[in-house]
Amino acid sequence: MNIHEYQAKELLSRYGVSVPRGKVVFTPKEAGEVATELLAEKPLCVVKAQIHAGGRGKAGGVKLARSREEAEALARELLGKVLVTYQTGPEGREVKKVLIEEGLDIEKEYYMSLLVDRARKRVCLMASSEGGMDIEEVARKSPEKILYEYIDPAVGLMPFQARRVAFGLGLRKELTGKAVRFMLSLYEAFLGLDASLVEINPFVTTADGNVIALDAKLSFDDNALFRHRDVEALRDLDEEDPREVAAARFNLNYVSLDGTIGCMVNGAGLAMATMDIIKLYGGSPANFLDVGGGASTEQITAAYKLLVSDENVKAILINIFGGIMRCDVIAEGIVKAVKDVGETVPIVVRLQGTNVEEGRRMFSESGMDIITAETMDEAAQKVVSAAGG
Amino acid sequence: MAILVNKETRVICQGITGEHGSFHTRQMVKYGTRMVGGVTPGKGGTELDGIPVFNTVEEARRRTGCNATVIYVPAPFAADAIMEAVDAGIELVICITEGIPVLDMVKVHRYMEGRPSRLIGPNCPGVITPEECKIGIMPGHIHKKGCVGVVSRSGTLTYEAVDQLTKLGLGQSTCVGIGGDPVQGTGFVDVIDMFSKDPQTEAIVMIGEIGGTAEEEAAEFIRKNVEKPVVGYIAGVTAPKGKRMGHAGAIISGGSGTAEEKYATLEAAGVRTTRNPAEIGKTVLELLKNIC
Repeated sequence: MNIHEYQAKELLSRYGVSVPRGKVVFTPKEAGEVATELLAEKPLCVVKAQIHAGGRGKAGGVKLARSREEAEALARELLGKVLVTYQTGPEGREVKKVLIEEGLDIEKEYYMSLLVDRARKRVCLMASSEGGMDIEEVARKSPEKILYEYIDPAVGLMPFQARRVAFGLGLRKELTGKAVRFMLSLYEAFLGLDASLVEINPFVTTADGNVIALDAKLSFDDNALFRHRDVEALRDLDEEDPREVAAARFNLNYVSLDGTIGCMVNGAGLAMATMDIIKLYGGSPANFLDVGGGASTEQITAAYKLLVSDENVKAILINIFGGIMRCDVIAEGIVKAVKDVGETVPIVVRLQGTNVEEGRRMFSESGMDIITAETMDEAAQKVVSAAGG
Repeated sequence: MAILVNKETRVICQGITGEHGSFHTRQMVKYGTRMVGGVTPGKGGTELDGIPVFNTVEEARRRTGCNATVIYVPAPFAADAIMEAVDAGIELVICITEGIPVLDMVKVHRYMEGRPSRLIGPNCPGVITPEECKIGIMPGHIHKKGCVGVVSRSGTLTYEAVDQLTKLGLGQSTCVGIGGDPVQGTGFVDVIDMFSKDPQTEAIVMIGEIGGTAEEEAAEFIRKNVEKPVVGYIAGVTAPKGKRMGHAGAIISGGSGTAEEKYATLEAAGVRTTRNPAEIGKTVLELLKNIC
């Protein structure tokens, strides 16, 4: 799960991470009021579009204002605008709120992030003197400019590790103490919030001797949200795919894609393999959908409704390998779903595994116009041809 | 021979009185697995179909002499259950539970350092040595004893591959589901190493997926150490970047962890790959024919 920059900064500041003063607003008038407050102390303020995507600066979503009027005008321009960045895809995202922040007297920009290193099975702190740049690009072009510290979960991030990073980044030595506290606070936040990513790009040093998170991105481990109800409340459904949101309500794993063949599969690996074999035979999957190991009739019905609600879908492939889950139970669910919702597009069903004969018999007796297949190969070929190639 | 488990393996189930634990314990007994006990805190002294239930793993270990445990404890408590099994010194810990927070698994991994237990999973179907011992949730009847070792990050996709093998007359030595989580116990390398040393195993099937670098590490290991034929399939060629595909660990981050990269590395290491998930069995058959 992702949240907005302004929410991330608020959470991080609770852990003692320094962030610029500022406030999120929804109207130009509010923007003007916040700007007035901030401009009483600083010559500049910043107006930042709040969407769940990086690359906002380059896309014109971050602007400077020197007066109340200017802040108002910029907020008016940004609110309601569809921002297209390299992370939003061509359709872009509509800006519904903006963050107004104090302008800082920046000396230099740096990069810092925390994430779980899968191979080492440790939380890793990454830092670079190349702040404000795409870190993947830094990793490609100048990997020597990235510093790594792996954190022992038994003791947490140790001050010596943070000092090593501070010196490695070449921060002026008066700032070492503040930088160490900054890193320790970030780690506390990562741990305390069960984050999967904390990315501060950039954090800055200022002329008046501070270390501040100028931007902040926080992602959370969905599996740990059960112990962070307050974090879950920060979810912004406007920023998520409506079909993915609907699927989540039924505990279905769904990811929207742009093809024409809707897929319903049990198990994540088999679901991906099903998408891949559709592609192999010249078709294109409309989605990833894993109904899980023990789907109920309600879940199967919800999944089927989800598939037919996508107007790009020209045919549906249901691929079930019944393990513990019996094929007849699945078949019953599908028959009921199709009867409830109606057959709007051709449906290819491939059942295999436990009670497969019983399941197939239920389809043939249902009187529905379902195309059946024995193997994945056959199923993929049939569905691609049913979708019109 | 097979690997990890056989008909001598003495198994307990943690969470044996829960819905999944009791259902699968009965399935495992039916398959012939030696289920010697179970653990549910607070239910010690009771029984499930004559199988004794204990309050703690330590007691279960002491009273039954078990050397393997299978965990069906719900995700919020699963890390604790794994560590309890490791503390009791159980040699093989198989965790089926899906949805364990990743930072819990980071702690588990640290806790296991220097302790002799081996963890399989979490978020996995388990381990089966056909016709001897099934520990987990896989459908036993699709398996058949034989010479192909299977290791996979997936559940149902593994069943698909096994079903293909069995229908072609190719039995399996052992099938190991290592799980779909980003931080897991045993990885591809360890299992492939065991298969390469197991006299019963003549060919190895590895089923990977997008995300992480486990397949790349396996490729490097195979190139240096494995002479037996290896067939590889990677799920997720069509998966978009930055999206989690069901499994917590199946995500392409920052353009790395793609299926294409993994295919390329495996092929460079001499692994025979197939892009068609319906042809995993056929590919193994062809390879084995060429050898014999």
